[in-house]
Amino acid sequence: MDPLILARIQFASTTLFHYIFVPMSIGLALTIAIMQTIYYRTGNEQYRKLTKFFGTLFLINFAVGVVTGILQEFQFGMNWSTYSRFVGDVFGPSLAIEGLLAFFMESTFIGLWVFGWNRLPKRIHLLSIWLVLFGTVLSAFWILTANSFMHHPVGFEFFEGRAQMNDFFALLKNPQLWVQFPHVLFSAFATGAFFVAGVSAWKIRKKQQIDMFKKSFRISIVIATLSTVVVLLVGHQQALHLMTAQPMKMAAAEALWEDSTDPAPFTVVAKINPEEKTTTNEIQIPYMLSILSFNKFSGQVEGMNTIQAHYEEKYGPGNYIPPVRTVFWSFRTMVFTGTIMVLLGAYGWYISRKNKLETKPLFMKVMVFAISLPFIANSVGWLMTEMGRQPWVVFGVMKTEDSVSPNVTAGQVLFSLISFSTLYAILAGVAIYLFVRTIKKDASQEEAAQVASVDPFDKEDVEIATK
Amino acid sequence: MQLSELWFLLIAFMFTLFFVLEGFDFGVGTVARFLGWDDYEKRVYLNSIGPFWDANEVWLISAGAAMFAAFPHWYATFFSGFYIAFVFMLLALILRGVAFEFRGKVDNPLWKKVWDGALFFGSVVPPFLWGVALTNFMTGVPIDENKEMLGGFLQLLHPFALLGGVMFTLLCIVHGLQFITLRTVGELQQRARVASAKFTPVALISLLVFAAIGLWKTDIFTAHGPGWIALPVLAWGALLLSGVFNKQQRNGLSFLMTTITIIALTASVFIGLFPRVMISTLGAANDLTVYNASSGDYSLKVMSYISLTLIPFVLAYQGWSYYVFRERLKGKDQLEY
Ligand code: HDD
Ligand code: HEM
Ligand code: HEM
Repeated sequence: MDPLILARIQFASTTLFHYIFVPMSIGLALTIAIMQTIYYRTGNEQYRKLTKFFGTLFLINFAVGVVTGILQEFQFGMNWSTYSRFVGDVFGPSLAIEGLLAFFMESTFIGLWVFGWNRLPKRIHLLSIWLVLFGTVLSAFWILTANSFMHHPVGFEFFEGRAQMNDFFALLKNPQLWVQFPHVLFSAFATGAFFVAGVSAWKIRKKQQIDMFKKSFRISIVIATLSTVVVLLVGHQQALHLMTAQPMKMAAAEALWEDSTDPAPFTVVAKINPEEKTTTNEIQIPYMLSILSFNKFSGQVEGMNTIQAHYEEKYGPGNYIPPVRTVFWSFRTMVFTGTIMVLLGAYGWYISRKNKLETKPLFMKVMVFAISLPFIANSVGWLMTEMGRQPWVVFGVMKTEDSVSPNVTAGQVLFSLISFSTLYAILAGVAIYLFVRTIKKDASQEEAAQVASVDPFDKEDVEIATK
Repeated sequence: MQLSELWFLLIAFMFTLFFVLEGFDFGVGTVARFLGWDDYEKRVYLNSIGPFWDANEVWLISAGAAMFAAFPHWYATFFSGFYIAFVFMLLALILRGVAFEFRGKVDNPLWKKVWDGALFFGSVVPPFLWGVALTNFMTGVPIDENKEMLGGFLQLLHPFALLGGVMFTLLCIVHGLQFITLRTVGELQQRARVASAKFTPVALISLLVFAAIGLWKTDIFTAHGPGWIALPVLAWGALLLSGVFNKQQRNGLSFLMTTITIIALTASVFIGLFPRVMISTLGAANDLTVYNASSGDYSLKVMSYISLTLIPFVLAYQGWSYYVFRERLKGKDQLEY
């Protein structure tokens, strides 16, 4: 097999896997930090228990996020050495700053938070979890600075056949970054919040510590609703930005081969045939695409054939059309799940305010399944973003096919691909098992049992002292 | 000093800190399942590095990223050339990282056995591979005129490199045992001392042979003049002293000595390399150097400002976390793992 294809499969699968855990870490850190802050302010034991309960889940998730991230960091050099040589100058600094600024903060303060419950003053201990959150947000910012460069390269010049940075602040001011970062950040908050809401809904349905989990449901449903609204609003800004930065991606997302009519309708579903370059059986909403793309009721959107001709003129012969079906359906799925998330969030907030959670068992059941929605949206969002950029790895500057390591053989990549996928499959299985187990455990019964028994460490303390 | 030279220094500094810090937690991870006779004792050993290991590992991540940013060619040649070695190291680090978190979550002997195995494998493989890698940095590897490294994984595993791997693993074990003596009391501490007394002589011998072959086969220890032989000698002497202090139960000093050993050894390799970053066995014209592998001055300047501002803060709060958890683990302490 072609090492390029294998390297792409490996990059896509390991990154998507990393990104299952990443938004959950960011989002859970926020929810937990808020719960612990309430505990600190009010001294209400229930909030301490909630912090601990979701903290356990957070730590399992965080561990997988960390280990899969290490692989990401090294993968550029391992599989994409030509790419690394070519843009390391511009792309590397963001990663280096991310390490020094964000990863140290996360990893040090998570150690302090986990092991410091009895050792640190309460205030400092609370500060630790906020710093963990701050670290994850910084980490997202810097990695997206790097990623935005790939979609919208700025701040560099060509020098001796390589891209060299000539304006660091242009990288920081990249308009791509300033739509992508809020979209990603708030979608991460929504991911964590829907998780907490779903778990709380399950607990309420099972009548375990209802009073306590109503509180966590309330906190998380507010975060979930507000964040999702922000995500949708920013998503709209992203579409506006795409029209100027990567019109081909937007045309592919609409499966628009020829230029649209003016005003342009939005295609909800359609049958796409990339070989014949046709889209048929469309169901359309009039005006909608003009609104999405230009913020007004008129405006024509260029089709892929027009842009293809234009790119051939500009970049030379070649196929500049990305995998249309994937991009089209990914975008639809993201928008659809996003819309459902807002509706669920708003309704949940409403009945939580009315204190009617227990009387809506069906809705609570739906909330449990809704845990999966943000994960789906996150994955298809990245699929659309990254696949829609193809054939470029750095838009307009470098193609994916030119960026692979020339000295790494197909056999080697196949070996790593198989090893990593196997290990990741095991990790996924174990993580899910631990999640379910931790969630199902009914802490109220355990507490009753604990009162009866003595502290297990008392005995060992004596043993060690006498040895 | 040119900026690219400064960045060579910074990257060497990060790698050295990585070896010193993660070195002992690799060591602890390797010995925990042998030294701890029951589950509780194993947990004490693992918890001795509990708050630290993740942040220690970030020194590796940052060193790698700094290499990417400051010396894209070094990063690209090294990571693609040592491909399979990195796959094994990553598999090990992934397993090890989750094993800490997973092992304590289910109370079942088989479960714990599996994750103890993962911890052992994950802690012993990386130092071995880093020893192999360092040795290959000393001997050089086949790099062609396009800066691409040729050949597969097996060529990295020549006898001298294997010796380097074993030597470095032993160093980490001794270093880890010394760390345990600082964080535990009583029987558990005593066991680490006894084990250290057994491992130190073997480590001394392997380091001696390693340095001798290095001196004979490579120019690393003498690249800037014979006076630099002092560094490997210092490394060996410190390890010897560590053994002496261990017998006298002066744990702090003994740990300090193993720390010096690792610093001196790593420093001697990086100093011997300079100004090369990777030696080519296909002729000196193909060597990667700090001058032909580096980024442009503009990005080096930006990164210098940012890194030199950030690193002191990182060192300060990381140091503070060691201070917070300076006390020895006793029975009543919170055990997370
Ligand atoms: C939007 C956010 C985001 C994105 C797009 C990525 N990551 Fe990530 N990464 C995080 C957000 C994050 C995080 C939230 O900060 C993590 C997840 C769990 C954690 O511990 O930190 C993390 C962990 C993490 C770690 C481990 C840090 C540690 O040991 O503490 C590394 C080395 C990377 N990532 C590297 C990468 C690379 C090279 C990526 C690109 C291909 C990448 N991440 C995508
Ligand atoms: C974590 C969120 C991310 C996800 C889920 C993601 C997803 C993907 C996917 C699915 C591809 C494959 C496209 C294809 O091969 O057709 C890809 C390609 C790529 N992405 Fe991303 N990406 C993410 C973030 C990043 C970031 C932050 C960077 C850079 C810092 C990056 C760099 C790349 C590179 C170099 C490629 C080219 C390799 C390839 O085409 O497979 N990605 N990504
Ligand atoms: C109406 C709703 C939404 C719209 C209009 C929208 C729009 C967009 C657009 C246009 C992109 C591509 C940006 C690019 O290629 O540069 C994108 C990417 C993405 N979306 Fe959405 N989105 C919506 C909802 C959501 C939701 C609900 C989530 C997750 C909870 C989500 C997660 C993502 C992610 C993770 C990416 C990839 C990163 C990025 O490029 O920002 N989106 N979205």
